[in-house]
Amino acid sequence: MRKFLASAEFLAGTAASAVLFSSAAARADQPREWEMTFQAPATDMMRQIERFGNYTMWFIVPITILVLVLLLVCIVRFRASANPVPSRTSHNTLIEVIWTVGPVIVLLLIAIPSFQLLTAQYTPPEEAKLTVKATGNQWNWDYEYQIDKTFSFNSAVLQDADRAKAGKEDRARYPRLLAVDNELVVPVNTMTRVLITATDVIHSFAVPSFGIKMDAVPGRTNETWFKAEKEGLYYGQCSQLCGKDHAFMPIAVRVVSDAQFKTWLDTAKTDVPAANKALMAEIDGTNKVAAAGN
Amino acid sequence: MAEAAAHDHGDHRPHGWVRWVYSTNHKDIGTLYLIFAIMAGIIGAALSVAIRMELQEPGIQIFSGLAQMVYGMQGDAAIDGGKSMYNAFGAAHGLIMIFFMVMPALIGGFANWMVPIMIGAPDMAFPRMNNISFWLLPPAFILLLSSMFVPSAPGAFGVGGGWTIYPPLSTSGQPGPAMDLAILSIHIAGASSILGAINFITTIFNMRAPGMTLHKMPLFAWAVLITAFLLLLSLPVLAGAITMLLTDRNFGTAFFVPDQGGDPILFQHLFWFFGHPEVYILILPGFGIISHIVSTFSKKPVFGYLGMAYAMVAIGAVGFIVWAHHMYTTGLSLDTQRYFVFATMVIAVPTGVKIFSWIATMWGGSISFKPPMLWALGFIFLFTIGGVTGVQLANAGLDRSLHDTYFVIAHFHYVLSLGAVFAIFAGWYYWFPKMTGYMYSPVIANTHFWVTFVGVNLIFFPQHFLGLAGMPRRTVDYPDAFAGWNMVSSYGSYIAAVGVAIFLYGVFEAFQKKRVAGANPWGEGATTLEWQLPSPPPFHQWEQLPKIR
Repeated sequence: MRKFLASAEFLAGTAASAVLFSSAAARADQPREWEMTFQAPATDMMRQIERFGNYTMWFIVPITILVLVLLLVCIVRFRASANPVPSRTSHNTLIEVIWTVGPVIVLLLIAIPSFQLLTAQYTPPEEAKLTVKATGNQWNWDYEYQIDKTFSFNSAVLQDADRAKAGKEDRARYPRLLAVDNELVVPVNTMTRVLITATDVIHSFAVPSFGIKMDAVPGRTNETWFKAEKEGLYYGQCSQLCGKDHAFMPIAVRVVSDAQFKTWLDTAKTDVPAANKALMAEIDGTNKVAAAGN
Repeated sequence: MAEAAAHDHGDHRPHGWVRWVYSTNHKDIGTLYLIFAIMAGIIGAALSVAIRMELQEPGIQIFSGLAQMVYGMQGDAAIDGGKSMYNAFGAAHGLIMIFFMVMPALIGGFANWMVPIMIGAPDMAFPRMNNISFWLLPPAFILLLSSMFVPSAPGAFGVGGGWTIYPPLSTSGQPGPAMDLAILSIHIAGASSILGAINFITTIFNMRAPGMTLHKMPLFAWAVLITAFLLLLSLPVLAGAITMLLTDRNFGTAFFVPDQGGDPILFQHLFWFFGHPEVYILILPGFGIISHIVSTFSKKPVFGYLGMAYAMVAIGAVGFIVWAHHMYTTGLSLDTQRYFVFATMVIAVPTGVKIFSWIATMWGGSISFKPPMLWALGFIFLFTIGGVTGVQLANAGLDRSLHDTYFVIAHFHYVLSLGAVFAIFAGWYYWFPKMTGYMYSPVIANTHFWVTFVGVNLIFFPQHFLGLAGMPRRTVDYPDAFAGWNMVSSYGSYIAAVGVAIFLYGVFEAFQKKRVAGANPWGEGATTLEWQLPSPPPFHQWEQLPKIR
């Protein structure tokens, strides 16, 4: 028990736990093969979620092991051949109090950081600098940029036939069922508010590496926010059963530098495909250089 | 109790089909329920194996072919039809396993059989109502099955909205008659359960043998009593919700239609006000069974009997005030989420009391590892895993990342598929000799256990990883990165399917070999009243009321 508390303390203060339970945070954009943990965080919020998730592991894993060990002890020590005469004990007030109060304390230890996390999710640290409205349709998303001159475009799953035309033939970067025709483009390190609704049935806007998931409900506007820390291409999927093509309405967010965003925005207001083409040429071009450098 | 058998002469035991169709005997009706549950369970399991076959590798392999075979679709229509069919299989799997497998097995089957015997009653309070309770189920089941063959959305057959049938997907999203058939099916199954619940409450309150006070009543009877109250209070809410769904669909009402002033989220509140008690309805009778088995095979009385009984009362009561933890991502306010996080975590306390009390019952005991005990031990450990992931999911902040992913699938299959179902098999192997008079082969029963144990853990443990990595649930196809664990999970499901075959063979073998079990095959640890009767018990028992110490 002492060791257990000590480890909890050790965890509460530092992010070292991440090393124990999560893969290296090198690439934070899409699921990996045989992944056993959260995708690496791309926002501070996801890092907090991951840290809290790891923190709960320090309680639930020992509890599960405790139950397993107690069961094994019973199996070994109290099997009929080892213990032919059973005891008749059926009450022990002290132990009953302990196993009632013990879990209460564990739950309190979980609840305090849990409430902090929940509160943080609903308390954005700053005013949003960009507001985007995501509208779920069967089976694609509309993204509306709520800036001085509102404009919007549709984002649907990338069909294999369109890969070449879109210049998205790299399946590692544009994976099947995650890549879309037009990504949601947002600037890096910018507080972004997402308003979420739907036109037909309920969908859910989720980007795992951002730590956000919010249902898109017809007739309601829900709100969430994120502040992406690193440029890159981040993927999510619709997370509420919405009919036949529920598996085929991914969410792709391209996080770019301020300058790139500005350039993209200027063109996108009138011509989204052209803006995306130009942006991709720039980003994928620099990526190739970087890859060559390695 | 040789005298009890001697009283059989006066039995008016009907014969042939009349005995079953017109049955008012709680044991015969219990047997009907168990047979029904086995058949529904086989169908529900077959649906899940089809789902796992589809998900074994990325792409759409199985369901386009199935749509071609079953619905005669061709080309792209077959692929689209296959996607919808996958959704229909998911919904049907959930509804069948809940309403037509677990509930009939635990409540209609074991509770019908054992509760009257355990409390020293000759039968249920309302034997004819007991008959209608059962006979409502087959038509309900047929309605649900037939819904899979009638249109829902354009180019699609069967209810494709998941077992939760959220509108608008279940209203404007699927205008065809499939959903109406499913709604009617749930209505009828619900009516059946409500009648059953009334019957159990009346029986347990009024028909206990002299001296059998509530505080002396076996824990299984306690569990069924609490379950019956949960059914009685929660099912009418579901009935109301799906009636509104029905009128929204067919009669122009707008309870859940946002552009006419309705609210789709209202349905979710109503659904989960039923749905959360429902998961305790599925597991509480299992808790009761496990208590009996652990006590019997440890040769010790249940540790902390009163704590065990009132822990179930607490779980049942708190179970009614936690429903919105299924809805953390719907846009609930911060304060609402805080409340539901708190209330949900409270449930872990009585659940912990139960787990530890089972262990304490074993502690100091003289344990024999007969098949029922093996299943009970499996239950305790696997239910603990499902329980602790439940504690994680209770935290809205963490659930943000886990909601509607495979992590949730893994969690609730650990508590239901590996919890409730293990309890059903534990109960089956515990009471099978009592119900039939025959002893099964322990070798086959143990093989069944180990194959199932390996299979289900292979299915569901990797799904935790998939959920953490972000794989959404209810998708017919997935990004290639999720392929590895999905393959493992699918292989697990084939192993579990072999387990089902072993189970059925074991039943067949037992009836074929006809090994006589005797009144009490489990020895001194089996202290509840059913073990004082011969196996199988006489058609009418306790014509002379048993004496309770």
